[in-house]
Amino acid sequence: MLARTVTHALVGLEARRVEVEAHLQRGVPGFSIVGLADRACQEAKERVRSGIASAELEWPVRRITVNLAPADLRKEGSGFDLPIALSILAASGQLPRERLADHAAVGELALDGRLRPVGGVLALAEAARQAGLSRILCAASSAPEAALAGIDPVPVRHLAEAAAYLRGEGEPEPYVDGNGHPPEPPSLDLADVRGQERARRALEIAAAGGHNLLLAGPPGTGKTMLARRLPGILPSLTPVEALEVTRIHSVAGLLAADRPLVTSRPLRSPHYSSSVAAIVGGGSGPKPGEVSLAHRGVLVLDEFAEFQRAALEALRQPLEDGVVNIARAGGRAVFPARFQLVAAMNLCPCGARGDPAAECSCSPQRLAAFRDKLSRALLDRFDLVVAMPRPRAAELAAAAAEPSEPVRGRVAAARVRIEAGRPKWSKEATDLLDRAVERLPLSGRGRARARRVAETIAALAAEPGVGAEHLAEALAYRSPTELGTA
Amino acid sequence: MTELALAAFAAERDAHVIRAPHGRAFALFARRFDEAGFLARLQAGGARWLARSDDDFPPLLRAIHDPPAGLFVRGAAELELLRRPAVAVVGARSCSAYGAQVARMLGRELAAAGLVVVSGLARGVDGEAHRGALESGGATVAVLGCGIDRDYPAAHAELASRIRATGLVVSEYAPGVEPAPWRFPARNRIIAGLSAATVVVEARERSGALITADLALEEGREVLAVPGEITSALSRGANDLLRLGATPVTGSADVLELFGLEQAPPEAVELGPVAETVLARLRDAPASADELARATGLDAGALASALTELELAGVAVASGGVYRAG
Repeated sequence: MLARTVTHALVGLEARRVEVEAHLQRGVPGFSIVGLADRACQEAKERVRSGIASAELEWPVRRITVNLAPADLRKEGSGFDLPIALSILAASGQLPRERLADHAAVGELALDGRLRPVGGVLALAEAARQAGLSRILCAASSAPEAALAGIDPVPVRHLAEAAAYLRGEGEPEPYVDGNGHPPEPPSLDLADVRGQERARRALEIAAAGGHNLLLAGPPGTGKTMLARRLPGILPSLTPVEALEVTRIHSVAGLLAADRPLVTSRPLRSPHYSSSVAAIVGGGSGPKPGEVSLAHRGVLVLDEFAEFQRAALEALRQPLEDGVVNIARAGGRAVFPARFQLVAAMNLCPCGARGDPAAECSCSPQRLAAFRDKLSRALLDRFDLVVAMPRPRAAELAAAAAEPSEPVRGRVAAARVRIEAGRPKWSKEATDLLDRAVERLPLSGRGRARARRVAETIAALAAEPGVGAEHLAEALAYRSPTELGTA
Repeated sequence: MTELALAAFAAERDAHVIRAPHGRAFALFARRFDEAGFLARLQAGGARWLARSDDDFPPLLRAIHDPPAGLFVRGAAELELLRRPAVAVVGARSCSAYGAQVARMLGRELAAAGLVVVSGLARGVDGEAHRGALESGGATVAVLGCGIDRDYPAAHAELASRIRATGLVVSEYAPGVEPAPWRFPARNRIIAGLSAATVVVEARERSGALITADLALEEGREVLAVPGEITSALSRGANDLLRLGATPVTGSADVLELFGLEQAPPEAVELGPVAETVLARLRDAPASADELARATGLDAGALASALTELELAGVAVASGGVYRAG
């Protein structure tokens, strides 16, 4: 007796069709799984056996062989439990085989037969829809996520429920989130940041033009506070972007059951001890890293200079191409990684530079090593660099600052203008740029950066062309000589 | 025996040799030394040799008590540059923003007035003095503490090539000599020796710049020092010199006076009214962009524009987010 269930395996963000075949033979009773199943997948044996018993279904006393085809694709994780159980039940004649054939299935079984959610359901459901399957059986709490893919999910709480549904004994109850949708947590507001007008202005420009921003200054000047407030002034995600972000977060298992669709821009801030694989993605069956989790959102790297050099260098490809290519034994994966980078760091290793009350105690060698670490190629990726000296007490007592709301309005308006096309350059602005290249230490790349930023500033000012004043302001955000580059 | 053989012998022995040693080792070396071949290799590397006995050898340097056997020279300028009135500008490698600004200003204004600015190509004050001189289109000489073919520190390779384009890079060490701690004090005697006056910008209590100043004093040259904050360890060396009677430098005019020179008239700069307002405020005291915004009532964007205008005009500099006039 042979039966087959369709499910999908994730390779990166891509779901590949996997057929779970169960074959029952006469002979000494036994259970084996073949087809490059990893450890979690092999352990399905125990869960499936208990699950079937708990669902008061019959465990066939036969020699059971389960094959996960195609056999050359590595299968990882516990999502194969449900399709394996269903195939065995169908092979033993407890479920109609034909009805099973146009359903996809995914989910992990508990020992008592309940179904647990797994990551990546959105991508799996999308693949099922594209394969022309009518419905997908999944854990009840994953159902809203699967529904985003445009396929009708069957919310399953228990294996018995799935069996009853497949026998045509009725539809499981729709999934209702017990507490309704809790409100989105309020995003951090710019009104909390006192002083630092220049850095706030740079943040607004960065938001409008999608520029990467580096904030440098002594500890305690509000660098991190500002960086964390960038998502709050960005325009909200479009539906297509929201689905892209959701797909990645689903694969990473970060989705909250009560909020299946990610609607706010992600903010990721990995610690500086993070490994290269944690930052750009990796693992044997590649998993998305922080750069992909920050896709369409903001990646904040605090203590930028403390990150491993390899991790920093690995940022260059995603910053340039907006994607990460990862090749591993388990397969090749391409993860989208179009994020905005905000980095915060001290001006020197001891952190005293830019602080009028402290004296820098760094040796020239230490300073040189510090600058060497921030390779020119990496600093070149920052369009805006702002040195933030420690404000005096009087500045902190200044009146409350502008909240995020009006800033977001200006950013959105500027983005519309930027999309309308590149502005013209006035003669004064072009002359000023030539003069700046002559007078300031400004590299070819620095020149290109200043041009981009000047165009964003003109768009923020609602001017049709780039004037000298826009370029002059852009030049004020070039990388300072302390960081050793132009 | 030639002086070039002496320099080559010193390089081979990794020693400080300025007079022919008596031992047989040197006699043997000098006999076998292929002077023509050495000079050809030197020339291929873009360097020249200026022997101590050469007429072009700077007389001030020859007058010190232990002049080098000669100088290896690289750069586009004529050797005559070494005999022109020169002033050494030296100081700490890890200087403050103030030290960097003063060094640059002195480099610029002294070179503009026609003096040759001599320094050691080190990080910090040295580098800034060279840069200032280059900025004004004046002449500058860098004295190395390693072989003439080395760029040390590596971070200043680009600066060294800019100096070679219009000025000179010199060293008493033959190509291939590695930088070593003991060579830097020896290098400092050449900096002091080439110059009629030495200005110490910023120096800690035990600093290479103070060695240069001591050497200058021993040779009876003028020593000047730039006053610094009395609470800062970085100013201790310079302030100690002042206490011992060095001439305080309150502007480049104080140095020029020694040479009977006038300060070159400052380049006339045209500034917009907003930039003028900001500059007036900066002349009172250094300030961050945000402090300036508060003092002038300008918004961050307009202020950033004005500050760039001042930087481009060369009347303000930024460091660590703090702007200074100068």
